[in-house]
Amino acid sequence: MTTTTQPPAATDSRTPSRAARLLGDRRLPVLVTALLFLVMYVAGLSRYVNYGFAEPQVFMNLFIDNSYLLVAAVGATFVILSGGIDLSVGSLIGFTTMLTAWLVERQGLPLVVVVPIALGVGAFGGFLMGYVIHNFEIQPFIVTLAGLFLFRGLCLVISKESISIGDSTVSSLAQTQVSLGAGFLSVGAVIALVVLAGAFYVLHYTRFGRRVYAIGGNEQSAMLMGLPQGGTKIAVYTVSGFCSALAGLLFTLYIQSGDPLHATGMELDAIAAVVIGGTLLTGGSGYVVGTLFGVLVLGLIKSIIQFEGTLSSWWTKIATGVLLCAFILIQRAMTARKKT
Amino acid sequence: MSTPSRWRALTHHHLFWPTAVLVLLLLVNVPFTPDFFSIKMTGGHLYGSLVSIVLFGSPLILVAVGMTLVIATGGIDLSVGAVVAITGALACSYISDQADQSALSGVLLAMGIGLLAAVVCGLWNGFLVARMGIQPIIATLIIMVAGRGVAQLITDGQIITINSEPYKLIGGGYWLTLPFSIFVVAVVVAITVALTRKTALGLLVESVGGNAEASRLVGIRSRRIKIMVYVFCALCAGIAGLMISSNTSAADGNNAGLWIELDAILAVVIGGTSLLGGRFSIGGTVVGALVIQTLTTTIYTIGVPTQTNLVFKAAVVIVVCLLQSPKFRAKVFGAKFGARFGPKSGSTPGAKDGGKPAAAPSETAATTEAAPQMEVS
Repeated sequence: MTTTTQPPAATDSRTPSRAARLLGDRRLPVLVTALLFLVMYVAGLSRYVNYGFAEPQVFMNLFIDNSYLLVAAVGATFVILSGGIDLSVGSLIGFTTMLTAWLVERQGLPLVVVVPIALGVGAFGGFLMGYVIHNFEIQPFIVTLAGLFLFRGLCLVISKESISIGDSTVSSLAQTQVSLGAGFLSVGAVIALVVLAGAFYVLHYTRFGRRVYAIGGNEQSAMLMGLPQGGTKIAVYTVSGFCSALAGLLFTLYIQSGDPLHATGMELDAIAAVVIGGTLLTGGSGYVVGTLFGVLVLGLIKSIIQFEGTLSSWWTKIATGVLLCAFILIQRAMTARKKT
Repeated sequence: MSTPSRWRALTHHHLFWPTAVLVLLLLVNVPFTPDFFSIKMTGGHLYGSLVSIVLFGSPLILVAVGMTLVIATGGIDLSVGAVVAITGALACSYISDQADQSALSGVLLAMGIGLLAAVVCGLWNGFLVARMGIQPIIATLIIMVAGRGVAQLITDGQIITINSEPYKLIGGGYWLTLPFSIFVVAVVVAITVALTRKTALGLLVESVGGNAEASRLVGIRSRRIKIMVYVFCALCAGIAGLMISSNTSAADGNNAGLWIELDAILAVVIGGTSLLGGRFSIGGTVVGALVIQTLTTTIYTIGVPTQTNLVFKAAVVIVVCLLQSPKFRAKVFGAKFGARFGPKSGSTPGAKDGGKPAAAPSETAATTEAAPQMEVS
């Protein structure tokens, strides 16, 4: 950082300066986000230490209260890494809560049957969108926008009113606590962490993961290399649909009801978390671990605003927007360095 | 010989498909409400389904027209919904602070403040996109997320209701027997068409959308053009925001203009403007916005339960987009169709499209308007 006074030609030479190398490092945004999270947490500690902010459970609650967002954001990470975008996340989450509540409460199906159905429907929805995007070359933005309308509409077709879930399996699952020494996690949070670990493995240690990066980096090159581009694209949207459905199930568990207006606009939170986590929206660069920190930062904003007490909820949106802006500018600075 | 070619020329006109969908949707209403097309004169005002479609559709038309130019430069503006909310919130909160809410000067000042805020949002978007080189979809996402928070901050989370006669005129008043907002829309559309089609501006916008770097090299200030279209788009959204808040005499930071950006983008796409940029059709966009509004009206009149509104909308979006996809048509209507209408000028060979039937409305638009760069590959 201190050696930026070098002539610009130095960055062109074979051995880039340390500053350029640091700025060009793909892991930098993730580190920045992690650092930001730490700073925010410490600031929260120093400010609200008398109000119980220091308790480990406050930290655990970040995972519990944002488990569904984490799962949705992991799905969005896949799509964004491949250079696409998925706007149907929020609607699909809402639809899954409705479908689950309807099947469990109105149809009396046991949860064991309902869960695979909900996941299957979500994955199939994602598959359909991916299929249309790849085979008919319609932009992901428009196709997933149609998905947004479709699933939100299907919520309302199931029922206009919210359905609360009184099923004993659901409530006992929701209340199960996984003890972790100092605090506890909910089942949802554990599932979310498992999903995160799975995504990490798939993205970094499997062929499929490398294809996702390749297509996001440069679709043309990926095609010329002979990578099965269509299959990968469809798979990416299927993964996103599956994750959204799973997020919907976690949300159902968290809130114990289905409502046609659940999770409106959550696709924005998911995309924001992915961007704050350092994934380039152009695709091809980023880490799913960054997404975790992105979600945690968003969650921390919420809990700080709760602890503050006097701040209204809309400050969450403004803070998210400001953070988003800051991270986009950082990313911009990075990619600009890489090009020169 | 001549009849098929004339038919072909007609079906190849870029407004053909959007207009056909619009007419079809309008005709669907007739069996359900036989007097659908009749317009009655009651108390000096014209009433009728057609008038109300245009009246309720006018904010959408405004936003979509602004969006068209942004999309023509290869960008997208997601922040319009938030701008609608901010403008309405600012104008209404200013008016509600006045002692005399009906004072004309106060109302004009309120509108000025609202539109100024919209322009500032547009400048910010334009700055991020053109100067910082950030992808438009992300750059405008910032205001989309934060803007609604700002609007709620302005209204303090409440719904501000006002009682101001002059302000009511913009979105709910009548002038010369017609709703006043129709005139506002007509003026904005007329100015936009005049500026883009009677001057070189439209060509410049298309050129920037086709290839910003090449445009810069031939001496077009592409950055300035980009900033301009974002400001214009935000201004249109601002006017729409005034209209929406004036129609209900209230500012709702949370729900005003919710999802209007998606509807607007949809209207632009239905109107045959490619999301890739490089060409646009204002007329198509207006028709597209009317299609969306007619769809909503139709769903009400034919007695489909309102909760299926969104499913219908999704179905229409999918059908329209599939029809516009050259690949889909080649697959469904077969190779014969593709061969007959064969690849025309401007189609890039190979990689992207197979047998491209050139009947895509957007494409015809491009060939007739001779945009400098037609395909962004």
